[in-house]
Amino acid sequence: MADTAAPVNPASDEPSLVAAPAEDHPLLRVENVVKHFPIKRGIFFKRQIGSVQAVEGVSLEVRRGETLGLVGETGCGKSTLARCITRLYPLTSGQVIFDGADISRLSARQLRTYRRRMQMIFQDPFGSLNPRRRVGSIIGDPLAIHGIADGGERKRRVQELMEVVGLNPEHYNRFPSEFSGGQRQRIGVARALALRPSLIVCDEPVSALDVSVQAQIINLLEDLQGEFNLTYVFIAHDLAVVEHVSDRVAVMYLGKIVELAETAELFGSPRHPYTAALLSASMVADPEKARSSHRVVLYGDVPSPINPPSGCRFHTRCPKAQPICSVDEPPLRVQAGDPAGHVTACHFPVAPGEQLVGAAPPISATATAFAAASPDISEGGGA
Amino acid sequence: MSLSPFEVDSASLVAEDEQSAEALDAIAGIEGRSPLRLALARLRSDRVAWLAAGMILLMVVLALIAPVLSSMTGHSPYNPDLVNGTDSFGQPYGPGQAGFLLGTDNVGRDILVRVAYGARISLLVGILSTLLATIGGTALGLVSGYYGGWIDALLARLMDAVLSFPYVLAAIVLAAVFGGSLPLTIGVIAFFSWAAIGRIVRGQTLSQKEKEYVEAARSIGAGSFRIMFVDILPNLIAPVIVLGTLLVPVAIVFEATLDYLGVGVGPPTPTWGNMLADDQGSAGFGAWWFWVFPSIALLITTLGFNLLGDSVRDALDPRTERLFAMRRKKVAAAGPDASAGAGTEPLSDGTEA
Repeated sequence: MADTAAPVNPASDEPSLVAAPAEDHPLLRVENVVKHFPIKRGIFFKRQIGSVQAVEGVSLEVRRGETLGLVGETGCGKSTLARCITRLYPLTSGQVIFDGADISRLSARQLRTYRRRMQMIFQDPFGSLNPRRRVGSIIGDPLAIHGIADGGERKRRVQELMEVVGLNPEHYNRFPSEFSGGQRQRIGVARALALRPSLIVCDEPVSALDVSVQAQIINLLEDLQGEFNLTYVFIAHDLAVVEHVSDRVAVMYLGKIVELAETAELFGSPRHPYTAALLSASMVADPEKARSSHRVVLYGDVPSPINPPSGCRFHTRCPKAQPICSVDEPPLRVQAGDPAGHVTACHFPVAPGEQLVGAAPPISATATAFAAASPDISEGGGA
Repeated sequence: MSLSPFEVDSASLVAEDEQSAEALDAIAGIEGRSPLRLALARLRSDRVAWLAAGMILLMVVLALIAPVLSSMTGHSPYNPDLVNGTDSFGQPYGPGQAGFLLGTDNVGRDILVRVAYGARISLLVGILSTLLATIGGTALGLVSGYYGGWIDALLARLMDAVLSFPYVLAAIVLAAVFGGSLPLTIGVIAFFSWAAIGRIVRGQTLSQKEKEYVEAARSIGAGSFRIMFVDILPNLIAPVIVLGTLLVPVAIVFEATLDYLGVGVGPPTPTWGNMLADDQGSAGFGAWWFWVFPSIALLITTLGFNLLGDSVRDALDPRTERLFAMRRKKVAAAGPDASAGAGTEPLSDGTEA
């Protein structure tokens, strides 16, 4: 990936995530994207009784040719953000700017031209392929829909694509059920490549696969990135995978980005306590290191996105939380001593070398402050 | 992190049988068997299906040769023939008498010819109205399930209304207003049948539209129409085919009922329903052939379609694969030649459990 990624120069990086140098505007810019799913009740007259705040004001940018990793635990809004970027979901608010054009309010018809340049690879290699259609027509669908190739020409191009992703082109007329999980994911990759997009959003493309097959698919994606000059947004919850593929990594927690940095920087010196806890939980292959490494244990569950905690959303589980954390939401900013591209949303960032103490949850300190705001969460956190 | 865990050749999944580009064109391509072809292969191994197909074929042949029967015997299906068709006392001939294989009716018409002509009406009404109902029900069910919202609320309530309607009563009223005719009969039957299919299709669409492949289709820019009819429809074709096959006999009985009540196609066109009605009064004095033969024809047709429908359902249902595998084994044991073609090899099913 490193051979194809745009040269990363921290100095040219603006401290703010939103503003970009004019001469090199990013391929994708996401500004304050909010996605709420309404919760409705009632049979005839449905009224909204609340909403799941899946994505709550996410801003980031993706540069041409880079791979931006997006990590976070299940339910933190990674996939929702992916679907907001590709406009499979309408946004509640915010903007998605693709190659300089705001696509966040376009109608389905207007979106079609952008769909050619922005594709998605899905998590489930079984569910994402229509079981009743032949592989050839699944991969050829984008060509048919956009009127790019017909008949024999389409077949030729589909077989080309199948070769590119390492499938046997003879299997053109087979059904998805006749392939293994890894092969099916290759079909998904071929479909995403058919329109020669510049951006591919990979929504956990390997998490449903065997580990040996994961490596194959990741290598395939890397090869294709060089060959077709692709930009990836790579979503995963496997930190090793993300570390391997990404140029930069964003960490999400409960609908917000809590930390974003160059991969080596983030993995080397995480500043947000959540990132530190996440990294400490990942497995270390070297037993010597594993013994010496310090595991930060977080208590409680992820709070409900229906009723998220006040202030910093992580304060209910944070080992470093102080009273201010439940009141004042920390902005995403460069912390003292960090390079320009490394932003963290934390009042009390982890100092390099600091060992976090995974002690009992700090509920008692802030109980009064946020029990009023969210009674059910304090209960869950204190358990 | 080192690269080592990921250093696996990305092309290693391509088996050693990878072909060079030139050789590709020469290869016809390996074709996967479509679920429908698999079902057809299973259907072929089903004896009941063959029996049912034979019964239906018998009726189709009867319908096709009706004019030939009429001209060969010189007996019109419509015109009364009291001179040749009744004996010297004006009584109808019984089966086998005076060259009338199935006897004659009260006014001397050949029952065989009339049953054959009746088969035309029954099959036409049964198949055409089912086709209309299936197409309409599928389209409306898809639209209802896919769009949801007020469209769904409207269409779902409409389906409920149609299903709860006293259809015989409605047919009588319509026939009274417009006069009974073949198109009206077909229309009435289709109208009262589409909702059954529409409801099933709507339910299936509701579950299919949440699948990730629909999202994938949307992400490559497919429109709603394409998603409904190209992506979702193939996934619910199995229940539609089963229901459609089972709807044919219902439509045929429905038609016979309407004709029996005199609000269907109506005399002098011979239909099994109005033959049964005509002969009602005569059955009392022992002319059993008046009603027995149209009834048998009706029975064979509806039984044939019902049995075929059951077999089609079994063939399309992946859960019955074990049953078919057992049957194939039995056939293979009885004689390997008997099960030529698709019958002997284990069939993998197209759908995931």
